[in-house]
Amino acid sequence: MSDSSQALATHELRHHFEDMEQQRDASSMGMWVFLITEIMFFGGMFMAYLLYRYEYFQAWQEGSQHMNFWIGTINTAVLICSSLTMVLAVLAIQQGRRRLTSVMLAITICFAITFMVLKGIEYHEHWLAHEFPGSAFHFAGIDPRHVEMFFVLYFVMTGFHALHVLIGIGLVSTVLYMNSRGHYSADYHNPIENVGLYWHFVDLVWIYLYPLLYLIGHHHVG
Amino acid sequence: MEKIISGKVYFTVWAALMCLTVTTAAVSYVDLGQFSIVVALLIATLKGSLVVLFFMHVKYLNVKTTLLVIVAGFFWLAILLLMTMTDYITRAWS
Amino acid sequence: MASASTITAEREHYLNADYGFRSWLLTTDHKRIALLYLISITFFFFIGGFFALLIRLELLTPQGDLVQADTYNKLFSMHGQVMIFFFLIPAVPAVLGNFLVPMMIGAKDLAFPRINLLSWYLFIVGGGVMLYTMLTGGVDTGWTFYVPLSTAYLGTHVVLAAVSIFIAGFSSILTGLNFIVTIHRMRAPGMTWGRMPLFLWSNYATAIIQVLGTPVLAITLALVGLERMFHLGVFNPQLGGDPLLFQHLFWFYSHPAVYIMILPGMGVVSEIIPCFSRKRVFGYEFVALASIGIAVLGFLVWAHHMFVAGISLYSAMVFSFFSYLVAVPSAIKVFNWTATMYKGKIYYSTPMLYAMGFIGLFTMGGMTGLFLASLGVDVHVTDTYFVVAHFHYIMVGGMVMAYLAGMHFWWPKISGRMYPEAWGKLAAMIIFIGFNLTFFPQFILGWTGMPRRYHAYTPEFQVLNVLSTAGSTVLAVGYLLPMVYFLWSLRYGKEAGDNPWGAAGLEWKTASPPPTYNFEETPVVTWEAYNYDELPEEVPVVG
Repeated sequence: MSDSSQALATHELRHHFEDMEQQRDASSMGMWVFLITEIMFFGGMFMAYLLYRYEYFQAWQEGSQHMNFWIGTINTAVLICSSLTMVLAVLAIQQGRRRLTSVMLAITICFAITFMVLKGIEYHEHWLAHEFPGSAFHFAGIDPRHVEMFFVLYFVMTGFHALHVLIGIGLVSTVLYMNSRGHYSADYHNPIENVGLYWHFVDLVWIYLYPLLYLIGHHHVG
Repeated sequence: MEKIISGKVYFTVWAALMCLTVTTAAVSYVDLGQFSIVVALLIATLKGSLVVLFFMHVKYLNVKTTLLVIVAGFFWLAILLLMTMTDYITRAWS
Repeated sequence: MASASTITAEREHYLNADYGFRSWLLTTDHKRIALLYLISITFFFFIGGFFALLIRLELLTPQGDLVQADTYNKLFSMHGQVMIFFFLIPAVPAVLGNFLVPMMIGAKDLAFPRINLLSWYLFIVGGGVMLYTMLTGGVDTGWTFYVPLSTAYLGTHVVLAAVSIFIAGFSSILTGLNFIVTIHRMRAPGMTWGRMPLFLWSNYATAIIQVLGTPVLAITLALVGLERMFHLGVFNPQLGGDPLLFQHLFWFYSHPAVYIMILPGMGVVSEIIPCFSRKRVFGYEFVALASIGIAVLGFLVWAHHMFVAGISLYSAMVFSFFSYLVAVPSAIKVFNWTATMYKGKIYYSTPMLYAMGFIGLFTMGGMTGLFLASLGVDVHVTDTYFVVAHFHYIMVGGMVMAYLAGMHFWWPKISGRMYPEAWGKLAAMIIFIGFNLTFFPQFILGWTGMPRRYHAYTPEFQVLNVLSTAGSTVLAVGYLLPMVYFLWSLRYGKEAGDNPWGAAGLEWKTASPPPTYNFEETPVVTWEAYNYDELPEEVPVVG
């Protein structure tokens, strides 16, 4: 690796670490430990989902029919693509290709924004269809009370997920900015890797949310 | 020194993820009864494993502690889900 | 001998390395952050204590005549929330842990110093929100926030209180995360897992619980807030929601939380007992693994708080079984501490007095936990003062005494000064007497039927209540004394020297107070922990 790349790495060594390898291992482990806190955070919601699906399966089926199957599926694909571009950004900086890194990070952000926009359209649709829980909720099919609970879980789970996507956009934007200022190199790019780990986790949560919310039972078209 | 994975691997994984997404979406139109959820979760876990192993580099780890951390996280989630459900599932027995 | 102030002024250390507010409020030095936490949690301890005194004052008479019932509900709710989330949970980890963990493993700082500072700011913000909540009317759900009371029926500041604890929870998570990575990645050369002091094992086990449990509390409180504010009624019975789901999620954290509170205290005791017995710890591996055992088993018992709430009998039996099991690693520790003392040369210093008090009182509290783990007995004593006495024996008789033990043991290291030993012993005695007078009567009160969380009671309970209140005043005096003499010692205390206790451990090999980077050179460890057989038998400094 180039001298300037190594100089950058040395410059970034924090004083309490012995060497860059220790710093990198520590920061990576820190991000992984943080991610398992996120597993437990979402875990509470999955617990509620599991319980009520067990108790009110028919209502869960009903509610799932009223999901926007196409937006859900497209969004799943969008997040998978964003995971690809994120990992390609890491690959690029590992090869010292700063400009390509920035391009990949920027595309990742575009995918993320696409996800949020589609989500917003979806939420709006549900709102217009009186499917937002509360006094405005109105459901014409069977078991409306428990279907309302399905929608509670839907909004809570996808809502917290969307919040994490938003935070992710912030994080990816930050490393994009820092990269454009020349803070990263082939020898030092822990923050990009760690943001990547976070981003893949966000993708991972959605990989489970998608079948659990959108794919229960048989589908009508749309 | 970290191992650098080739772009080809990443694209292959991406393609697999896209295929699996199409698969799970298509399968949901088929009536599998009680097995629908099993199949859906299996496919999701397969997708998730690909993301964790390849995109998150867990397959190429130098450090085994990370694996311990991940296993611990999922194990604890299992405790929460399973032990709570034992209450609800056994209520009918009383 | 030159005066204390001249000598410490000549040498640079972490306290005088830099001056001014910015150097403290923007510090990343784990030792300074520990002191920031020390001031903060002491403040909240006295706030929580103030609520306790009001509770005890009300309970002097059978009638509810000091405050109204609704106000009383606020008093015990705020007492619980402040004491648990703003004192007990952070106390040892954030003060002693922050100060000592890097030193004990031979590192210059924790893995993430800036995140450490962030965790303190989160604590302060959470604490500020809690203060605001209290000043604007408080919350009266009990510290347990049960639904549907908290989601549907109250006009008090449920959401604010939940937000404050949510924020403080992240402070706790970040501390735990920092400790885990530090202990895994930053041990000095030669410091294998098997050579680590038990204080590190305890804090590591605590960190596991903080990291895996607290997020569940976070989401649970968030769901309560969402239900209250946006009608996203996850627990709403009208939508088929189950109030017991709240309890499952709440206690999934809150039971392990009690192990977050006690494990660090056990770690403190594990350091003090061998030092003042001048012996190695008996069964080091067992004590180390018992810490991990408590952390793991502690996650399998939560529904013992729900035995009478309506869970299935079969599920209750499983939770009861695990609740008995979790007592085993704690008992192992008690046996090993006792065995460490056996045939040791015992010094009855202030830290040792507190540590010995811990062993006795924690054992009583722990054994009464077994009463509660038994389904039949629990039906009789749940929601009575028996439970209140049980957890105060562990938390106050155990944990607070362990905290004071640690503060006295490491005060010389932290400040460079000795506290006055005679006053230390006196305060320990007063606290021990005050504590037992306050809480032992409560076992009897509970057993004979006095319910908890009631501001009025039937007259036959008055005598014991009066005794309990008398005890609480004695206890309050006991707690004020260390505040006074620790502050006094900063100016007038004898200079401590590197190792006044002749203790084992890397932290005693560096100066008191330590330099900012802890060690002049990174130590290389070639000896086992608690090598008291190689250290002098005499303790240099004991009053």
